[in-house]
Amino acid sequence: MSESNEFVRNVAEKKYEFGFTTDIQTEIIDKGLNEDVIRIISAKKGEPEWLLQFRLDAYRYWLTQTQPTWGHVHLPEIDYQAISYYADPTAGKKNDGPKSVDDIDPELMKTFDKLGIPLEERLALSGTAVDAVMDSVSVKTTFKEKLSEKGIIFCSISEAVKEYPDLVKQYLGSVVPPKDNYFAALNSAVFSDGSFVYIPKNTRCPMELSTYFRINARNTGQFERTLIVCDEGSYVSYLEGCTAPMRDENQLHAAIVEIVIMDNAEVKYSTVQNWYPGDAEGKGGVLNLVTKRGHLRGVNSKLSWTQVETGSAITWKYPSCVLSGDNSQAEFYSVAVTNNHQEADTGTKMIHIGKNTKSTIISKGISAGKSQNSYRGLVRVNKNADGARNYSSCDSLLLGSECGAHTFPYMDIHNNTATVEHEATTSKISEDQLLYCNQRGISTEEAVGLIVNGYAKEVINKLPMEFAVEAQKLLSVSLEGTVG
Amino acid sequence: MKSEQQYIELYSEAGTLIKQKSCEVMNAVRDAAFEVFKSQGFPSKKVERYKYTDVDAAFAPNYGISLNPYEIKPSKYIFRFSEAPIDITPYYNNVADKSDSISALNTALAHDGILIYVPKNDKPADPIQIDYTLRGSQDTMMNRRVLIILEQGAEATIILNDKITPQYDAIQDSSAHRGGEGQSPEGISFLTTQVIEAVCKDNSRLDIYEVEETYTLCKRFSNVYIQEGRDCSVKHNSITLFNGQSRNLCDVYMQGENSEVTLNGCVIADKNQRVDNNTLIHHQVPNCQSNELYKYVVDGQAVGAFAGKILVDKDAQKISSQETNANLCASSDARMYTQPMLEIYADDVKCAHGSTVGVMDESALFYMRQRGICEDEARTLLKNAFMGQVIDQIQLQPLRDKLYVKVEKRFRGELDKCADCRLCK
Repeated sequence: MSESNEFVRNVAEKKYEFGFTTDIQTEIIDKGLNEDVIRIISAKKGEPEWLLQFRLDAYRYWLTQTQPTWGHVHLPEIDYQAISYYADPTAGKKNDGPKSVDDIDPELMKTFDKLGIPLEERLALSGTAVDAVMDSVSVKTTFKEKLSEKGIIFCSISEAVKEYPDLVKQYLGSVVPPKDNYFAALNSAVFSDGSFVYIPKNTRCPMELSTYFRINARNTGQFERTLIVCDEGSYVSYLEGCTAPMRDENQLHAAIVEIVIMDNAEVKYSTVQNWYPGDAEGKGGVLNLVTKRGHLRGVNSKLSWTQVETGSAITWKYPSCVLSGDNSQAEFYSVAVTNNHQEADTGTKMIHIGKNTKSTIISKGISAGKSQNSYRGLVRVNKNADGARNYSSCDSLLLGSECGAHTFPYMDIHNNTATVEHEATTSKISEDQLLYCNQRGISTEEAVGLIVNGYAKEVINKLPMEFAVEAQKLLSVSLEGTVG
Repeated sequence: MKSEQQYIELYSEAGTLIKQKSCEVMNAVRDAAFEVFKSQGFPSKKVERYKYTDVDAAFAPNYGISLNPYEIKPSKYIFRFSEAPIDITPYYNNVADKSDSISALNTALAHDGILIYVPKNDKPADPIQIDYTLRGSQDTMMNRRVLIILEQGAEATIILNDKITPQYDAIQDSSAHRGGEGQSPEGISFLTTQVIEAVCKDNSRLDIYEVEETYTLCKRFSNVYIQEGRDCSVKHNSITLFNGQSRNLCDVYMQGENSEVTLNGCVIADKNQRVDNNTLIHHQVPNCQSNELYKYVVDGQAVGAFAGKILVDKDAQKISSQETNANLCASSDARMYTQPMLEIYADDVKCAHGSTVGVMDESALFYMRQRGICEDEARTLLKNAFMGQVIDQIQLQPLRDKLYVKVEKRFRGELDKCADCRLCK
């Protein structure tokens, strides 16, 4: 017992690995939110009039709404006037945006190196193109030229607004309209950078595309916007990673991800979310309030969400799929780990509209410490969605007597040919399994690690290789010290 | 005008009359309950537990309130509140959720109540049966109140029949195959609110069977609250064979160790019927067991809803809980909403829930058709077998046999030709 106590202490003292800050000249606009701030953001990005109007409409709608409270999380009252809505770490070297690696501030390069995201293409992991976003600005997008040879557009959304205004105008807000919900309206009003991906017809994206989000500046929020359009017969695998420095106050992250998928196209979207979770007493941490939605417009289209959620003080998000195209397929794989005082209310929505649509939901929740982990999901089969098929399985694992695990599935079935199944279990690691491992000389600590990894394997296996390795490491780090 | 307004007016007009007709125990909490109702009004669809029922619309029509006293045959165990053998003040309205608007309205308007009291270690040989018969010449609202108290070691089997029968005793008239459902009170609407509170003390055993056979113009809001002590066993069975709109809530509070609870439900709905069952099993202490099985067959334009929550408190370790909800959508206009929930704050528990909405097994249908069973018959057989799983669990054999017949008749569409004659008994 004393041995494990020592271990617990070691882990408790262990710091969040990515909690450093970068000392860099950052241009931050004044705190507060009003129409002028939105005009400033829009002007800084040199946006056309229609986009400014889009932002202002969203803002005016947002003003009429109140912060929702229905989640199984204790979301603090957020003071939206105490946040700065635009922070630009590249401002020190302003010359129309960094064109090559040499133009990027060496501090920024170091930051991303430290995070394991090299921005120099020769050093990059083979086969992954990265759009690195720090605070409100995209620092660098790698392999852009190589991708453009195939007609693939991969750039920051600000750049896309300038260079491909028609595409952006056509799809922006088409999946998550500005009035979708409170945080979507906020994001639509103040969104800064994010990635834009367009895969032309019949193209298989040769490398994995990835965006890395980093919050650095104090008292700012991250409001990125990602828009992925996958045209007929195409395929893309997209990864998203994120970290933030350790701060005593909560930081707001309200993003929108929109995905449009045409006939016979396929998108794989993977997230490893590792925002700063707050300290052991639950102080600080990122509030992760994200709206993610994919619209499967075409026949035979396919979308797969995979998420590994280990960070954030509060995670409140439901990556969803609207299955409009006949025979479309959607998948949702999730591992959500909460420790200490973290709270997560996450799951998915599967809206079946087309015929013979199919969706699969695999959700694994692991709660430890004093955390609360909830799965909330909706499966809706519309009246005309003949032959819809859904399978959901939500398992929760409890480590420790002070945590909670909850399951709130909703099923709305309006069609008599639908087959919908849901099952959920909640339990702790069985004594038998632990004894079996102990008997074979595996310590309890290791045994828990093994069992948890085995438990999450179904989801981890869906991640691309590099991410899977990272996710596995994250899982063990997040859970260390929970036994004893 | 929101519909609560007319009930607020009703209370200010008829409050004194209700109080006169009622007894002291009920009057003591009446005004407080009315204030709760007045401040909250009817729950909107935004209230999570009332998400699937439009309460406001159900209460909107103008009903006359029924203040007739209950007719109770003298019995060792059943009493009117005013004739209670014990002081029921500590129990009355103390098990129910006082913040629930429907319960509060019922507490404010109920003029009479039935007490089922089983003394210590007493085990009545026969089941206790209460028949509610809806009749009237105009649209009527009924507010029913039942209090069940089982002393230590007591046992009871209680059957509550909700029906709309003609004004004679069907049992005495075996030859009558008369039009039951909807014939005698054609066109008359009934609105019932019901609150059942049950207190099961240590070592007691309670089986409740609620059977609803009303007709399409009946609306029913039933709230059942059960409190369990140590080493208790409680079974609650809710059977909805025929109705208009029903919203049944069943909350079980597990307050003593080593107890168990079983909630079973069977719902058959077609036409424009709506059935919404909402259950909560709240495990407050360790070492308990709960089981829940609800099955629905929705046909026609019927809407079925099920929401079941299992809540395990922080120190309630070693809980084993199983919740199953299976549903069959038999027509393209039928709708089913299901929401099985687990909310767990203890780590050493085994809780599972499963929920399905599906279609009939094509291979089973094919198998039967190969053997010369026509398709309609095959489907009826499958539906029967599907419901059989719930009916099988009924301990009381005569009731079980009767329900087998009734369920089958219901699926064959024959139930409304023969309401309650001896042949179907």
